[in-house]
Amino acid sequence: MWPGQCSSGLPYLSTECRVTLHNVGVEDELPDGVNVSKEARRAISQAASVFVLYATSCANNFALKAKRKTLNAGDVMAAMEEMEFERFLEPLRAALEVYKKGQKGKKEVSEQKRKEKKRADGEHEKNKEDEEGEDEEEQRMEEEPEEGEEEVEN
Amino acid sequence: LSGENLAKKTISLPISRVRLIMKSSPDVSSINQDALFLTTKATELFVQHLALSSFNNGCGKETNSLSYSDLAKTAEESETFHFLTDILPKKILARDYLKSLEQMQEEDADF
Repeated sequence: MWPGQCSSGLPYLSTECRVTLHNVGVEDELPDGVNVSKEARRAISQAASVFVLYATSCANNFALKAKRKTLNAGDVMAAMEEMEFERFLEPLRAALEVYKKGQKGKKEVSEQKRKEKKRADGEHEKNKEDEEGEDEEEQRMEEEPEEGEEEVEN
Repeated sequence: LSGENLAKKTISLPISRVRLIMKSSPDVSSINQDALFLTTKATELFVQHLALSSFNNGCGKETNSLSYSDLAKTAEESETFHFLTDILPKKILARDYLKSLEQMQEEDADF
């Protein structure tokens, strides 16, 4: 899956990595009624994939420098600066705060649900640890159905 | 945008897909949740920035449209988007290429 690097030193995109990102919010910034061609959409979605790879690789360098194996928020912010996208830093910080607050609320709600469930069906000893881990990784955003929490309901 | 609206409309990109792409990067062991969120959000901002810059910079303004060539032009001309030139190469129409090929052949014939 990884043929190597292209001349600009960036990771080369194999077809497996070329993920189409529909509904990427292109229209949100453009003035009303602008026609975006199909080809342009496809190109934008590919550009988005390249961006993710570039950002990840850059952020990962910061993590490695700090002798960490897990990429964290600081690494991503540092990567944005490195890539000369300082304009994103403020909106990213703001969005992260809102996100964290939302996460905190969600966690409390799901923990509450679990406690109630445990009380309700005392005999059903389902292993909830896996789902907890999944919960943290797979977050529900607008396009995706919620995972983990709904599987529990019968 | 109010705080509540911002929370609901925080991201329109599928975060799990972004994770897939991130995981395919070599040497990346694991990704913290906040980092995943930030990358997804940054990509969204990037897409909007690319679209708007290309639109303002490109030929589509008169017809109120954004075309592939607007994007390719921006990638070539802007430092910020230069890393995209490999995947957004400028194109020429097949017929233009064939035309120039014909012209070359005609010139040869004169000799």
